[in-house]
Amino acid sequence: MTSSSKPKITVAVTGLNAVDSPGPGVAVIRGIRDCEDFDVRIIGLSYESLEPGIYMPGIADKVYQIPYPAAGTEALLNRIEYIHDIEKLDVIIPNFDAELHNFIKLSSRLKAMGIHTFLPSIEQFESRDKVNLFEFGKKHGMLVPRDKTIYDVGELNQITKDFEYPIVVKGKYYEATVAYTLEQAQKAFHKLNAKWGLPVIVQEFIQGTEVNIAALGDGQGNTISAIPMRKLFITDKGKAWAGITLEDKTLIDLAEKFISATKWRGGFELEIMRTTDGKPYIMEVNPRFPAWIYLTTGAGQNQPAALVKMAMGETVKPYTTYAVGKIFVRYAWDQITDVSEFQKISAFGEL
Amino acid sequence: MKINSNLAISDTGFIFNPSNGDSFSTNALGADIIRLMKEGKKTADIKKAICEKYEVDPKVLDKDYDDFMSHLRDHFLVSHD
Repeated sequence: MTSSSKPKITVAVTGLNAVDSPGPGVAVIRGIRDCEDFDVRIIGLSYESLEPGIYMPGIADKVYQIPYPAAGTEALLNRIEYIHDIEKLDVIIPNFDAELHNFIKLSSRLKAMGIHTFLPSIEQFESRDKVNLFEFGKKHGMLVPRDKTIYDVGELNQITKDFEYPIVVKGKYYEATVAYTLEQAQKAFHKLNAKWGLPVIVQEFIQGTEVNIAALGDGQGNTISAIPMRKLFITDKGKAWAGITLEDKTLIDLAEKFISATKWRGGFELEIMRTTDGKPYIMEVNPRFPAWIYLTTGAGQNQPAALVKMAMGETVKPYTTYAVGKIFVRYAWDQITDVSEFQKISAFGEL
Repeated sequence: MKINSNLAISDTGFIFNPSNGDSFSTNALGADIIRLMKEGKKTADIKKAICEKYEVDPKVLDKDYDDFMSHLRDHFLVSHD
């Protein structure tokens, strides 16, 4: 196939914050760019002026700032209409938990504009929410640690009625702390409340080895791809700085069971704690690709490219093999840019 | 004792457990033992092969072999037959 015969598509991607607690955008873009089945123009969508992906050569062809999720769907839609007038977007891939709700709500209006997404439904999105996860696990026969949603720090005083210390205290969207005492739990509650708002979730602590699975569902209950990874190096924020692909059928089976039960449409990540006797507990379901998603491309299952194809209406056959023992090692890199570039994105919202 | 069938071991004695991502290094003797275990050899045959290849007192080998198996067990690299 020559390059001229390839379809040309324009894909907008959020999550360009390739920092120590990174968004997945840069990794998603790398996967899409690696795919030789289409010629792609990448439009980066950023929230802040210093997201590293804005300035990385070979990542986004053009970047536009978009309003924060709190501004609501109309503000987001207005901005996308402006960008679409110029760029003629084919696909948008949102990569933040906090923005997904708005994008899912807008998906039919985006479709009417000719912009494709490949996202779960609101029901699917909410069923895996931390607040509902235990009930979700019970309903579908999957192991999920017991949890309790709390709205007031005083509720922690009674927590030993239901839980033994240590407990895990989790933010509404991100972050979790293991608390060994009431004082530690209270401190974590205040910190998470200040950062992510209420509720805060208290979860049973499960001892084991953490494993993550990046997976892609076609919306019909079929698993297009599932790749398990174990973190080899973890930052002080608990993020993977290095990881390795694993061979474990029970983990693949779990991802398939999740997709089959939910008919999940799009990418997601299962955070698993595997106990010493081999039981896989689902600790969290992230409703979008993880920041380490480029490892799936490296292992032979290009999940971001497969998502783009499905968003464009193509039928994608499920991947059946991947390379076990593929490792990613993240790195920090000081990019040099000029204040004039920074000024463009800060003042005009475009670069 | 049975070695995990999917364990990968290189010529240099680098062991990779694809089930959990653990990796280890062993010396040439350890690598030989693991390779023989992967071939399905019985303990007595493994010890015999090691005695033929290396200059080692069988009693010392017995002790070191048990010690090595205990390490493999601790790292979930073997299971009981």
